[in-house]
Amino acid sequence: MMNCQRATQLISQAQERPLSLSEKISLKVHLLMCSGCKNFSLQIPFLSQAMKAYAKGMDETSSDDLKK
Amino acid sequence: MRSTHPRDGAESVVTDTAILSDTAFLNDLRQQMLKFATLQLSNSHAAEDAVQEALVGALKNAKSFAGRAALKTWVFAILKNKIADTLRQKQRMVNASSLLHEDEEYEDYSELFDAKGHWQDDERPASWGNPQASLHQHQFWKIFETCLEALPGNQARVFMMKEFVELDMAEICSTVGITTTNLNVMLHRSRVRLRECLENSWFLKGERA
Repeated sequence: MMNCQRATQLISQAQERPLSLSEKISLKVHLLMCSGCKNFSLQIPFLSQAMKAYAKGMDETSSDDLKK
Repeated sequence: MRSTHPRDGAESVVTDTAILSDTAFLNDLRQQMLKFATLQLSNSHAAEDAVQEALVGALKNAKSFAGRAALKTWVFAILKNKIADTLRQKQRMVNASSLLHEDEEYEDYSELFDAKGHWQDDERPASWGNPQASLHQHQFWKIFETCLEALPGNQARVFMMKEFVELDMAEICSTVGITTTNLNVMLHRSRVRLRECLENSWFLKGERA
């Protein structure tokens, strides 16, 4: 059975490459049973999204910075 | 270029741009760019160079931008390219073996996972609810930055190359001198750390709106 350490590695790698079918299946089954990894799997894509927003020039923060 | 002045040289290009006389805006912008560049280029001179080049490049075309937000988006796009260029040039100077030692061999996962590879009880990721809402909060970005800066140097660098400069995997591997497997490990570790930091410092704090 897949453990959490392995599951988080696959979740991370899914940001870089498409997972194989057997990886997807093992991961999917693990996520059904493990709320921690399920949360992790939602958070890792969010990190990428946040990095992209950050890279865009931090428009959110700058508008605040300018007010001070 | 720190004291770029409207009357210096490029007059014909920039005469009717109000942005150039907005010193407060330019200072803020420069600070943000520098923070950015320094996170990725361990060398502060290289960071300063990249920032100056990007800023000058963008300001030369400042007239074509409707406003500060547009200029800012543009200037960060240029900065990103400069950083990518600098990273590529640095390729030969990186000491790959030291990098692998620091990040691969002397760190283990036992704080996070038990012997069977399952989450330690106090490390299990919690639900973040709707994290997208945080993207609009000033305080979130402060925390985000602090967490990025807390990553070990080499992890931070490859993570930024991948997620911020958006180099592809092969390019990062050849630039840093590591294998794809090594890179996967480093990206995994930096995500685990960044995630944990954001959870502890933000999502579990209950201070967000």
